[in-house]
Amino acid sequence: MKAASVRLWRTSPLTYLALIVACALSLFPIYWMVVVATRSNDVINDVPPPLLPGGELAANVGRVFANEHAAFAYGLVNSVVVSSVVTVSVVFFSTLAGFAFAKLRFRGRNGLLLVIVGTMMVPVQLGLIPLYMLMVKIGWNGHLQAVIVPFLVSGFGVFMMRQYAAEAISDELVEAARVDGCSTFRIYWNVVLPVLRPAAAVLGLLTFMQTWNEFIWPYAVLDANTPTVQLSLSLLATAYYTDYAQVFAATALATLPLFAVFILFGRQIIGGIMEGSIKS
Amino acid sequence: MTSSSVIRSSAAARAADGRVPWRSRLTRADMKYAPYFFIAPFFVLFLVFGAFPLVYTGWVSLHDWHLIGDHTFVWFDNYTALFSDPDFWNALKNTVGIFVLATVPQLLMALSVANLLNRKIRARTFFRMGVLIPNVTSVAAVGIVFGQLFARDVGLVNYVITAFGLDAVDWQANWWSSWIAIAVMVDWRWTGYNTLILLGAMQAIPKDLYESASLDGAAPWQQFWRITVPLLRPTLVFTVIISTIGGLQLFTEPVIFGNGRMLGGTLGQFQTVTMYMYETAFQRFQYGYGAAIAWSLFGLIVVFSLINLLIVRRAAR
Repeated sequence: MKAASVRLWRTSPLTYLALIVACALSLFPIYWMVVVATRSNDVINDVPPPLLPGGELAANVGRVFANEHAAFAYGLVNSVVVSSVVTVSVVFFSTLAGFAFAKLRFRGRNGLLLVIVGTMMVPVQLGLIPLYMLMVKIGWNGHLQAVIVPFLVSGFGVFMMRQYAAEAISDELVEAARVDGCSTFRIYWNVVLPVLRPAAAVLGLLTFMQTWNEFIWPYAVLDANTPTVQLSLSLLATAYYTDYAQVFAATALATLPLFAVFILFGRQIIGGIMEGSIKS
Repeated sequence: MTSSSVIRSSAAARAADGRVPWRSRLTRADMKYAPYFFIAPFFVLFLVFGAFPLVYTGWVSLHDWHLIGDHTFVWFDNYTALFSDPDFWNALKNTVGIFVLATVPQLLMALSVANLLNRKIRARTFFRMGVLIPNVTSVAAVGIVFGQLFARDVGLVNYVITAFGLDAVDWQANWWSSWIAIAVMVDWRWTGYNTLILLGAMQAIPKDLYESASLDGAAPWQQFWRITVPLLRPTLVFTVIISTIGGLQLFTEPVIFGNGRMLGGTLGQFQTVTMYMYETAFQRFQYGYGAAIAWSLFGLIVVFSLINLLIVRRAAR
């Protein structure tokens, strides 16, 4: 018995070697991004190419921000605004609706939940054309609200919070608060929200990253006057694709906030992704 | 304390005048309607920005609909035209080709890395973060970095290839090479994510199953195929469907790989269905035709998801 279980979980040096190779493949393109971002263009074209970072980062970043065509600083600010607003909204409405679906009794509950799960299957692309036409009609194309308002709620978020609330919150807790005279919203705010906080944090992180990285819809509806950072990036990349140092410096800048978030909260994000797989 | 006083006072109020006091009526209304208020924001926004566009795309696709001018109702003309449109079939071939080329190795790699991570190892969090980090980057960033790696003259991949004495490849110029380059981008970004999904499910498998299997003399690889994979079936279905939905919508990677142009190379060798839709609607302003492409894409996603569902169910039985 003992011998069997020991053999079962044995980790050979080969395991570590394979994992190190997997991580190296994951990290290399990011490392390469840093190398090019800190080099000058003529060095990048050298044979053999440089494999260590250089000292040109400041010059390249300066060129990025001086580039009027891409409006990169503006794109960064816009992305911070868009991602923050969307994140706060998605977390608020998802916890609210998730609590309702998990712990409140109302007519049509199961049917409506099924609709929400169904919305997760609909591809964004399918609505691209009419959504664009709608934006033109109400005059939002080219404005930031066009990339904010349609994403203020998320079916995935509601579903995730429902699953978590169903397990994490006991019916007795809700009932006790009710007997104490709490209104349903007070119960949500004072009792449910604190319990949901860990899952809400993960949802917030995932939403922020996803919104920050969103490309196709901003590409369709916004222009160079009001870009998000991804749009600025693509404008740079397509117009200046020979100036790799500048483009890669911009790419690194646009990715840096996410890496910072990931290094701080990576454990929670990974937990959230792994958790989701068991429940779904 | 509060609870008993509320109950007592409401009972007293009822006894006094025989009517339900407004306070408790308010509570009852709150219990009845609050859930609907809580879920309303989702449904209102989804109806306006999700469901309406969905249905309206169907309506537009039945029209000869241009930017300016009349909208003529043409029944299914757009769809029949699509059937005999070589550009559409080309985009479809590319999309499915890249999808298969990307998804199969991706899930196999994810399965094996998850199996590695599902052991007692040191620095667990480090390795998990290491494989997930590509997923944190944006598609635009991935397209840019890999566009350089696969560049013809200055790209690192060609440098390595020529160092081994092989000929440099013009990655963008050929069908197979552009498909590989794009599939690599997709795999790089998504393998780690699928790994963690599968790892989560693997850790839910009871350990004693493995213990009794090894007592019965089952080799590790037998345990993997006879225990792990069958028990992962629901999660495998989930990852395959998610990859299908994502893969058939492929857009950003090939667009940036082609320097922002929608044509996908000189011969359209890597133009995907979504790129073709974008080109039709937003560059040629044929909204009706573009909408027909969008609905066909949706139909394809449904069909492919079902096919995958059947295959995975059968394979993992």
